Amino acid sequence: MLEVADLECRRGDRTLFSGLSFAVEAGTLLHVRGRNGSGKTTLLRALCGLLTPETGAVTWNGEDIRRLADDYHRDMLYFGHLNGIKHDLSGIENLRVAATLDGDRPDEKDLWTALEQMGLEGFEDLPTKVLSQGQKKRVALARLLLSRAPLWILDEPFTALDADAVDLLQMLIARHVAEDGMVILTTHQEVPLTSGQIRRLHLGP
Amino acid sequence: MWRVFLCILGRDITLAMRRRTDVLTTLFFFVIVVSLFPLGVGTEKQILRILGPGVVWVAALLASMLALERLFAADYEDGTLEQMLMTPQPLALLVLAKVTAHWLLTGLPLVAIAPLVGMQYHLDDTAVVTMVLALLVGTPILSLLGAIGAALTLGLRGGGILLSLLILPLYIPVLVYGAGAVTVSAIDFADTQPYFSLMGAFLLLALIFSPLAAAAALRISME
Repeated sequence: MLEVADLECRRGDRTLFSGLSFAVEAGTLLHVRGRNGSGKTTLLRALCGLLTPETGAVTWNGEDIRRLADDYHRDMLYFGHLNGIKHDLSGIENLRVAATLDGDRPDEKDLWTALEQMGLEGFEDLPTKVLSQGQKKRVALARLLLSRAPLWILDEPFTALDADAVDLLQMLIARHVAEDGMVILTTHQEVPLTSGQIRRLHLGP
Repeated sequence: MWRVFLCILGRDITLAMRRRTDVLTTLFFFVIVVSLFPLGVGTEKQILRILGPGVVWVAALLASMLALERLFAADYEDGTLEQMLMTPQPLALLVLAKVTAHWLLTGLPLVAIAPLVGMQYHLDDTAVVTMVLALLVGTPILSLLGAIGAALTLGLRGGGILLSLLILPLYIPVLVYGAGAVTVSAIDFADTQPYFSLMGAFLLLALIFSPLAAAAALRISME
């Protein structure tokens, strides 16, 4: 369970939010909303431990994420604005590196299946720089298929995706929540769930 | 742990092989800087022999500096660095893998080509052997120390110049002992031993502390 207590984050002199407290239990999707500049990305980065909040604490199963460090990272998957893929490497190579870094021993077959499931059949071997924006995003999202992390933190995962890919991603998120996973995401889109609960958090005015 | 180290090492080498210009620029920069001095100073054998070790070392410092800027910058821009920060692997290990790849791609070629460029300075065989050995011990120190600077200046505008100002002073001991070893070898090869011992000690210290320092600096730069 991820708990946030009395969180305050600033960017420069501006306080983005303060006194923020919430908890995310297993089988929950937390939908963070708010206008542009209301601090959605900052909040997610603070939840990942990439950013030190001004005050307050983020705890994972009762322990501070700063103290847990690598143990927390094992349980968490972050997907940011940047795809985090190398344009000179192929989809397969990118996925292999990502999985190895996550501490997995990826099976070659699993990697190919994951990319195929993301609708990239025939593109697995090409350097990702020749792929379109949406396809690059699909390569990056293939990590979700291989991940065993219970907590997914997704920052605007739906941008640049076509209708098929949006459906696929919604299905993945719903399945993850149904399997007692936790998802925290920012998006301007609705995510239908098959089971589990949706909670909404509104930042800013 | 080894698997992760080799994975990053392999990744960076594959990337460099697909974008060879970056590696070749460093190498050619080194060759050109070293070759400019005999052209400017003249062909007086005695002068060149005295200048040689120092010039080769300074050129090696500058060449390794040149490539440092890109050490983390590329990963920073495409978000892979962010991902590395959030893997369950120790960041220092990943940094060490990246630095090792950096040295193999920019340091090692310099060591290999040094005997050739050294010929322009009429260095004798002992001096050339000493120079190659000194570079072999010294260039990894340059990459390791440089990584700290590269991590600190990550994402800053005009980071390249700042990086040079931060790191070049730290290179002074390597320069002094590296060039010193070559000069001393002209008298007696056995006399170079303390120079190598000191450089070896530097290397070990840098090997232990600089990945940790660079990892800490990366976390600060990413905030």
